[in-house]
Amino acid sequence: MRGLALLVARDLRLALRQSADAWLAVLFFVLTAALFPFGVGPEPNLLARIAPGIIWVVALLAVLLSLERLFLADFEDGSLEQLLLSPLPLELAVLGKVLAHWLTTGLPLIAAAPLLAVLFHMDLSGLGVLLLAMLLGTPTLSLVGAVGAALTLGARRGGVLIPLLVLPLYVPALIFGVGATDAALLGLTARPHLLLLGAVLLVMLVITPLAGAAALRQAIE
Amino acid sequence: MHRFANPARFTRLADRILPFAAVGTVVALGVGFYLALFVAPGDYQQGESVRIMYVHVPSAWMAMFIYVAIAVASAVALIWRHPLADLAAKASSPVGAGFAFLTLVTGSLWGRPMWGTWWEWDGRLTSMLILFFLYLGHMALLNAFEDSQRGYRAAAILALVGVVNIPIIKFSVDWWSTLHQPASVMRLDGPTIHPSMLWPLLIVAVGFKLYYLTVVLLRIKSELIAARLRALDLATVKAAEVQGQAVQG
Repeated sequence: MRGLALLVARDLRLALRQSADAWLAVLFFVLTAALFPFGVGPEPNLLARIAPGIIWVVALLAVLLSLERLFLADFEDGSLEQLLLSPLPLELAVLGKVLAHWLTTGLPLIAAAPLLAVLFHMDLSGLGVLLLAMLLGTPTLSLVGAVGAALTLGARRGGVLIPLLVLPLYVPALIFGVGATDAALLGLTARPHLLLLGAVLLVMLVITPLAGAAALRQAIE
Repeated sequence: MHRFANPARFTRLADRILPFAAVGTVVALGVGFYLALFVAPGDYQQGESVRIMYVHVPSAWMAMFIYVAIAVASAVALIWRHPLADLAAKASSPVGAGFAFLTLVTGSLWGRPMWGTWWEWDGRLTSMLILFFLYLGHMALLNAFEDSQRGYRAAAILALVGVVNIPIIKFSVDWWSTLHQPASVMRLDGPTIHPSMLWPLLIVAVGFKLYYLTVVLLRIKSELIAARLRALDLATVKAAEVQGQAVQG
């Protein structure tokens, strides 16, 4: 447990020292979303209607953008081999890396989401559910993404490969995340969507450490 | 199982199976398509366009079946380090992608007269599209590494993660939207489709399975031969080097 805390603290410290990376994801999130009104027109009703979908899709892309650096720096400077040799089980180390990634990417995105909700004239009664859904959904994005990032270590064109591997697996989180928010906006209960979102998170919480550790082992071999 | 890890033994076995599989493919597809196109009745609502079903439905079955086959081969490769399982997974994924693509194209062609659009974001067609993307990711990862062993290993892990996720994706997409008719063959209380239409469907499905078997065996064989050629090339280079050194000395 102590090793895990140390690993997360180290990753957080690294992320804070190079805080430009974390800001970049949030900036990408807001900027890309701001392009949509130019694309579909500034009509408030239309924007309010598509707001949850856009916020989710753009959040997904912002997470994708930050995935490549999840293991790459450690892979290149040899820290990953140290991690493999350390007494900390690699499965736990993967979870620690994912937690640090979520704290530096997912959490800032959630903090920026209300801004987008206002920009898109979303009915603010749905804001609570949107944030709750993102709180359940963004860790799933980090978890699935970690497997993709670990698998492509050392690959030719690794950065281009990650979206191809990861995006199809993001579909359930996207569907239930948008579904929860849409249900809340329509005055229906968001509970089933949120429960399913939580279920997907639990499944990935089991799969990712196993698959991620296996992927890291074969990358270093 | 490791009996067949020996390439020579596998090639002998494959050579014995291949003619039967190839002939079986031609016969089953010939009979199946004859029954489907000329004998089976048209639908009272859909008319003749229902015949697209005889390609569409078996391809969809195959696309799903092959992904599971890849996942099984990947598990075998990861657990027992069986070299032929890697080759089987590699040989399968383009075939699976082909069947997924065929499903999408026939679905689109069928959708035009039935639903009035070339593409409808219907639950089952959409999950087939995602399956198609999963195949493309598997193929891309296989070929992304200098060292082919790493490609095999990484793609195997991806296939296992994918096979766990497919039911989740399928369920979520179904929940999201559905316009398709419910399943009418694979049901607990027996098929709801008339035997005159069921038989051609099943015969075509068997034909597709045999086609898959033929292609996979051929592709594994050619991979083995390519590996042997590479080894021979290396041996000649080595020999030439030794000879060169001897001349210099």
